[in-house]
This record gives sequence, structure tokens and C-alpha cells, in this order.
Amino acid sequence: MSSPLRREDVAYVAKLARLTLSEAQLDLFTEQLGQVLEHANDMNALDLDDVVPTAHPFGLVNVVRDDEVRPSLDHDKVMAMAPDAQDGRFAVPRILGEAP
Amino acid sequence: MTLPDGWEMVVGLEVHTELKTNTKMFCGCANAFGAAPNTNVCPICLGLPGSLPVLNVRAVELAMAIGTALHSTISPSTFHRKNYFYPDMPKDFQISQYDLPINAGGYLDLPDGSRVSIERAHLEEDTGKSTHLGGSGRIHGADRSLVDYNRSGVPLVEIVSGPDIRSAAQARAYVAELRGILIATAASDGRMEEGSMRIDANVSVRKSGEPLGTRCEIKNLNSLRSLQRAIDFEAQRQIDLLDEGGKIRQETRHWDENLGTTSTMRVKEEADDYRYFREPDLVDLIPDQAWQDRVRDALGPMPAERRALLSARLQSPTDALLGAVEVVIDLGLDGYVNGAIDAKVAPELAIARAANELAAGIDTLDNLTLASFVTTLSMEQSGDLSATQAKTVLLELLAKSGDPRDIAATRGFERLASGAVGDIVATLIEANPDEWSRYREGDEKLAQFFIGQVMARTKGQANGKEVIAELQARR
Amino acid sequence: MNSAEQIARDVQSGSMSATSVLEMSLDAIRARNEELNVFLYVDEEGALEAATKIDARVANGENVGPLAGVPVALKDNLCQDGIPTTCSSKILEGWRPPYNATVVDRLLAAGAVPVGKTNLDEFAMGSSTENSAFGPTRNPLNPSRVPGGSSGGSAAAVAADMTPLALGSDTGGSIRQPAALCGLVGMKPSYGLVSRYGLVAFASSLDQIGPLTKSVTDAAMLLEAIAGHDVLDSTSLPEPAPSLVAHVNDGVAGKRIGLVRELVDGADEDVVASVERAVEALREAGATIVELSVPEFRLGLSAYYLIAPAEASSNLARFDGVRYGLRVNEGDVTAMMEATRTAGFGEEVKRRIMLGTYALSAGYYDAYYGQALKVRTLTIDAFARAYEQADLLLGATTPSVAFEFGSKTSNPMAMYLSDVFTIPSNLSGEPAISVPFGTGEAGLPTGVQLLGPGRSEAQLFAAARVLEIANG
Ligand SMILES: [Mg+2]
Ligand SMILES: [Zn+2]
Repeated sequence: MSSPLRREDVAYVAKLARLTLSEAQLDLFTEQLGQVLEHANDMNALDLDDVVPTAHPFGLVNVVRDDEVRPSLDHDKVMAMAPDAQDGRFAVPRILGEAP
Repeated sequence: MTLPDGWEMVVGLEVHTELKTNTKMFCGCANAFGAAPNTNVCPICLGLPGSLPVLNVRAVELAMAIGTALHSTISPSTFHRKNYFYPDMPKDFQISQYDLPINAGGYLDLPDGSRVSIERAHLEEDTGKSTHLGGSGRIHGADRSLVDYNRSGVPLVEIVSGPDIRSAAQARAYVAELRGILIATAASDGRMEEGSMRIDANVSVRKSGEPLGTRCEIKNLNSLRSLQRAIDFEAQRQIDLLDEGGKIRQETRHWDENLGTTSTMRVKEEADDYRYFREPDLVDLIPDQAWQDRVRDALGPMPAERRALLSARLQSPTDALLGAVEVVIDLGLDGYVNGAIDAKVAPELAIARAANELAAGIDTLDNLTLASFVTTLSMEQSGDLSATQAKTVLLELLAKSGDPRDIAATRGFERLASGAVGDIVATLIEANPDEWSRYREGDEKLAQFFIGQVMARTKGQANGKEVIAELQARR
Repeated sequence: MNSAEQIARDVQSGSMSATSVLEMSLDAIRARNEELNVFLYVDEEGALEAATKIDARVANGENVGPLAGVPVALKDNLCQDGIPTTCSSKILEGWRPPYNATVVDRLLAAGAVPVGKTNLDEFAMGSSTENSAFGPTRNPLNPSRVPGGSSGGSAAAVAADMTPLALGSDTGGSIRQPAALCGLVGMKPSYGLVSRYGLVAFASSLDQIGPLTKSVTDAAMLLEAIAGHDVLDSTSLPEPAPSLVAHVNDGVAGKRIGLVRELVDGADEDVVASVERAVEALREAGATIVELSVPEFRLGLSAYYLIAPAEASSNLARFDGVRYGLRVNEGDVTAMMEATRTAGFGEEVKRRIMLGTYALSAGYYDAYYGQALKVRTLTIDAFARAYEQADLLLGATTPSVAFEFGSKTSNPMAMYLSDVFTIPSNLSGEPAISVPFGTGEAGLPTGVQLLGPGRSEAQLFAAARVLEIANG
């Protein structure tokens, strides 16, 4: 896992994250993120096959709520947030493809 | 449809069903179809900054009920985030189950005896809904889209079958049976046309005995008929393409109901990097045995069991009657049929009336009691009501309830005295000599004229076959 | 400004009005906010309304609550109904949440008066409040220095006597580090003790809301008011708020306190000297000092800088221009989202989104994110072993006193490394407190950190109080 990051990886990640990076930023991030990942490589030296990953500090389970209706937000309050709205709906520019 | 010799289709289905809960999966907004746009929304289902999800216990229990009915193993499960940007998804990730679904494995037996394996049935949240403006109203060619988040966060169970299905008809039978199970578990209302069940079909073809081919996924099939047609079309398309020396590309395809064809929607690409990871705002779900048992004990019989019971009560059913049994099971009317049979009504009659008259009034079934249903059928069976009159009484019971005897009396439905039909026929012959002579000369159509006249005079009480017999006797 | 303890007592007894307390607070804000850039928004009208109501209730003989009439500053990543919440990001400029965070509801129920929203590093990503889209906050103790971060505005509000109480959030040290740099008490509670509902998430499994105050007792009062189970947060601990104020003077007699080498090594000399004098003070108060080494704490930094960005990359996806906040119109919806995010996020936020997206992406998950979750387990296990030998742990909060503006911004890795002492407690979800003890370079305060096992807040406050008294 040595110096793991290539410029095209950064460009690919930017696309996934919906960010446009300038050429200069691509260079900068390739270097800076590479440093962090290199620092992270000290973890890869460890044999952690038998270690259980922790996603959560305290192991709570089965936290649920009753199926009871609570008041929703006032419609006008909701639409007041919208950058663009029409007919009580949030308006967006054209969508090029269906959801995956 | 049959495929060309030597070819076989391999189909797996993903069925998304909305769960019939009062509230959404992670918030207290009403889970209701048809409300004004963006009125059933709150910080949580709008994905507002700072909001957090809390799991609806009813959604969990309905998922467990589905799993139990599908012979799945109810398992400790977790929630993951499936990350992708899309305007109808408020958080730009979907909370779904991933490597540890609540229901693992299982199977579904179809009425024809075949078995389709179930890979998993997991919980996830629904997205909002977009309306496309400009162009044809479809996404392509639209200038602008409007988003309503009322559906955002509605609980779904996604049921994934194994690639065990070998024909479009079998796919249809699988979905029909699954739909019956979802209704029987109270998990879903099964209304495919309202989108409460949505089906994606993974279709590939191969020469018999060869390894699996490349599959294409047909998205959002929302009726049994579309499902069957789309699968048949897609399998044939793939075979034609392969026969011409082409290659199948893994892609998502759209079914056009009007054209009867599938077309490319999107090609699988690197954008499908969903970066799944554990949803840190939710904790593990580990239903203990007692909880699982409570869900199991609350489950009523499933369609297969109910079908077997009704078939047994028919003893040697005809195909037509079995078709009616399917309808009765599908609509959940077997309680009425069984009640009627227990009250000594002929099973054929009980099934016919349930499959036809009750089915016609399925939205207003609330007005009908088992007792009034049974009384009506008993009156028909004993001859107090003719078939036509019994149907009239049933439809009125469905519309506004009441006592069948009162309805019959108010409408003047009375049992005919013996010989009454013969007397009326004799009167009619005398009053209509032209018609009678044409009938005597062999114009059978005139029989309908006399039946109509008899029915009018008896308020539908007479039996058409008896009228014909009386006519024949005098010919 | 008086302590919250004093103000609440005076307001409840009627010897001072909540409105007059508020006026003092607003005067202090007016006097120095322009210079220090502490508050991004001051809700004069709402605060006055709340204070007036409190005075009326007091006049009516009602018990207003433990924080009666106490002005409180909110970090601007906490939602308050109708009040702008920016997270110091252009992407949220103009957004007013239509709901209250649970902590805001609890503050109001306790009689506190929220006066406004404080500056932070954008989306709490930073250690100096230099990453704010609305300019940096200055350290009231020395305006050429940073106040720390990311809760730099909340720390500065208290340090500049604008409010006696402030809430911050701590994902990797963001309460404790600014507390140390501004000479305050700051605590990151046990994960789940305080509801996160209404806290704009940075890294959900690490974030906790906590107090920034001038005194240990005030911190205990504030935490007691906001802690306890909340049905709106699935990760909320299923128990009521613990009793904290009552135990502040419990002392440390008979306690074993572990001085952890990894929580001191690498710190500046003046900071190390303060920790050594804290050891003596605790020993004099009857504690036994145990010297410990917990090497796993070093690894924690690597794990943290994968876990936190990974969660952040997903948490910050929703800022896409569709429903609220900034929208930059550009062609189709994907182009709009990309233009909005590109214009709306600052560079540090982009850096962390990129890092997190990479750590989760196909082919790298196991090597980075998956591995980091396992290292998190190692950190938790290491804490557990340490707590077999000691009741509480001790170390520095930060490697140095408040630093100059711009001294670390060019090298993100150097900035990240300065979080090395605070990060372990976020990974384990256990509480830790920073208490001012001694001074260092340029007469600036140094902070000492006490760490404890889950739910040990009362013991931490008691130990911190011993140091507070010894510090004079
Ligand atoms: Mg799915
Ligand atoms: Zn909602």
C-alpha cells in the first residue's frame, strides 16, 4: 500500500463526490491526500484479521419507535427553504438519467 | 411464448413492496398515498441537516412476517448507507440493508409445484417522486422536474429471488403468489397500479446446459401483464442479438408498454460505486426468539394453505372453478366462502358469488357481514331467490348493507308458485302469436324474447332454463 | 460576567432580572464581536423575548429551571427553529432550520437564554476556526492567536465574557482543544449522553455536543441540563441525565490516575510542565499516580482521519442545491449539484470529502475504512486495559498553547497531527475534559486533559475541580 494515490484516482473521486477540481487542486489534493493515506499505512502493517470492526462505540441494539403519526412540517415552511419551487414541489433542472 | 429450440431464459426478480405502516420508516410522518405534495414531510424524511432516523417497529415486524412466510431465516441485521446523488433522495444516500439483511434465504412454492428460491428480503427506505415537465412527460426530453418528498422514507421490503425462474409465465405466477403472501401478512395492499409493488426483472438467456449469460435488468414493471410481456420480449431480443453474432451488454432497460419493447436506460458504469458503509445513526437489529415467535404466532394462513383448503372442499374442482378459487384467494375472500360452506351452501355457489359479485364490490366489502352473505346464498340455493335476484341483493348489501330478506321483500322478490312459469308462458304465447310462430318455425333467437318477457313479469325470479323447457313443451 | 451558577441563583431569587443579564451579555457582544468575529448571528429579539418571559415567570413565583436567565451561545452547527444555521459554510447561507435541536429544547426548558450562533471551522472541520467561510475568530486572550477549533467561536464567546455558557461539538477534540487554547473548561461527554438530534453531522459515530465554560461547576450544570435519553436519537444512551453538580466536590482521594506517556510526548515544554504540576496537585489531593503507556493511541490518529472523513463524505452529500441553501444553476441537475457543491464548500471540507469518498470507494474500502474500524476496536480495547490500572487517565489536551494565524494552514497533515491527544476519546466514545492549568508561552493558558471510561463524567468533573482549585 505504498504511496497509493494517483491523480486519476483523485479525479475519479471528485466525480463521485460531485466536486469540480481545478488542475492545480488536483495536484494539491493528490499530494495532500497521499500524505494522509501514507500515514494510514501504519495500520496496514498490523495483522487485524481476527479483530472485529467497531462501527459504534456502545453496543445498543433494537432501538425502535412506535408506529404513531407525528405532525409533519407546515407545507409553507418546507417550501420556503426551496431554492426553486413550483406547484408545491421542489423544482430542479432537467434530470439526464433514471436513478440507478 | 416459447423460445427457439435449445434456448433457455434465466430470470431473477427483485420485488419492492411498500409496507402498510401508519408512519414512515424513520420518522412519524404519515405513510399515505395521494396527499398534496410535500405535506407529509419533516426534517427527517427531508434529510434536513441535523436530523436523525429512528426505526419504525411496525416496519420491522412486517418485514419479519414476510420473512417468516417465505421460510427465510430471521437474522441479526444492520443498516447501511447506499451513497449516490439523485434529486428524489433527500440525503443523497439511501438507508438500506446490505450484507446482513433481516431475512436471509428462503423459498416460495408456486401453485404449479415449482419452487423459486429467495436470496433475501431486506428493509430499505423509498425515495421521493419526480414529475417531469416539458417533452413527453418522461424523463428524457423534459426541461425541468418537480420533486415531491411525501414518499421519501416510506418503508420498503425488497425481496430478491434466486435466478430460478425459467419462463415469463413462471415469473408472473411467482409475483402473483408473492402478492398474495404480502396481502395475507398485512404487509402490503398489493396495489401494483399505485406503485405499492414494483418489480425489476433480471433476464439473461443461454443455450441449455451452458453457464449463465450476461443479464439485463428491466426496471419498474408495475403490472403482471407488463412483467410477462417484458420478459418474453427481452429474452427474444437477447437471443436474436446473440444469433446475429452480437454481444449482450450489462445494462438497465426500460419497458415501453405501448411499443411492447425494452430499450436501454443506462449502461452499468463506474458511477455504480455506492460506497456502502454501516449507517452510524442506527444501531443493530437483533430480534430475539420471543419477538420472532410473536410475529410468527400472529400470522394467519398463507395463500397456498387457503387454496388447498378450498380445493379440498370442492372435492373434484373443474379448471374454471380453480380459476375462481384463485380469485377468491387473491382477494382474500376465502373467509366468506368457508363461512358459507360451513352453513351448508354449495361450495361452487359460494365460490362463484365471491369470485364475481364480491370481487366487483371489493372496495366496499366493509358493508357486508358473513351472516348476510350466507343468508343470501342460502335463499338462492333454496330457490327463494333466482340467480339474478341473488346478485342484485348482494350488490345492494355491498353498497349499503342491510338484511337480505328485507331487501328481497322491498324489491318484491318472491318465490314463484309451482306451475307459475308455465302459466305465464301460455299467456305470452297467446298475446304474441307472430313471435310464437317464428319460434315454432325454428328461429331460436325468439326464445330470448320470451325469457325476457317472463323475467319482466316475475322480477327476475324465473329460471331461464325452465322458461325454455316450457316453450319446448308447447312447440 | 458572573458564573452561570451565580446568575441562575440571582435570577431565580429575583435579585437580578434575566433581561438585565441579557443586556450585559449583548453589551459585551457589541463591544468586541467585530474585532473577534465570535457570533455569526445574534438573536437579540428572540433572546429578549425569552428573558422577558423568564422574568414574568419568576415574578409569578414559578421555578424557571437550573439555568434561569443564563445567556448561552450555540455553535452554529446546532439547529434552532427559524434562526440561521450556517455551519460557517457558504452552502448553507440563508438557511433557517424549521426545528430545534434537542439540546436547544432542553436549554429552553432549563430556563437558559440562547443569544446567538457562534463561528466554527466549516462543518466543524478544523482546529483553529480559520476554515470558516465567514472569516476566522480571534482568541480573546490574544487576538493575534487562534482560539482553536472547531468550536472556536463558542470558546471565544465565553473567554470574552459575552456569555457564561456555550455549547460546542467535539468530533476529534473540537471542544477540548479550543477550551485549552482559551483557558476554559470543555468536556466531550460519553457518546450518546447528549442527543445529537439537530446537530449538523460531521462524523456521526464520533460527534458529541458538550459544554464550554469558565468553571467546572458551570460545565457540570450545563451538561446536566442537556444530557439524558432522547427518543429522536437512536444512539442516545437509554438512561436519564446523571447527577453531576452534586459530585463536583467529591475530590480524588483514593483514586488511581494514569499519566499516559502518549498523551504527553511531543507536546511543547510548557505544556509538559503544566501536566507535571497537575500530577503533583492530584497527588496532593490524595490520588495515586500510575504511569502508563498506551501505544494504540498513536494509531488512533490514522483511524480517525479515515473514519471521520468517510462518514463526513456521506453526511455532506445532502448539500446538493435541491432542497435548501445555496444553488448554483448550471445545465442539468447533475451539473447544478456539482456547481453548487464546488462553489459552496471550502477547501478543507472538499479535502475531507475527497478523502472519505476515496476510503469508501470500490477496491479501497477494506484497506482503509475497514482497517480503520478495526483499529478503532484496538483503541477501545487499549482504553479498557488502561482502566484496569487506573480510574482516570491524564495528559495534555493540545501539544501547544494558542498558535498564530496561518501557522498550520498550509500543511493539513500538521494540523491533523495536533489532534493526537484528543482523538482517542472520540474513537472510544468515552468522556474527556480539558481544564485550564498553568500557563505557557506568551502567558497563554495551557490545558490539561482528564479521560475516563464511559459514563464517568461525575468523576471527571470532580478531578477537574481539584485542578481548578489548585490552579487558583
Ligand atoms: Mg434496493
Ligand atoms: Zn418525516
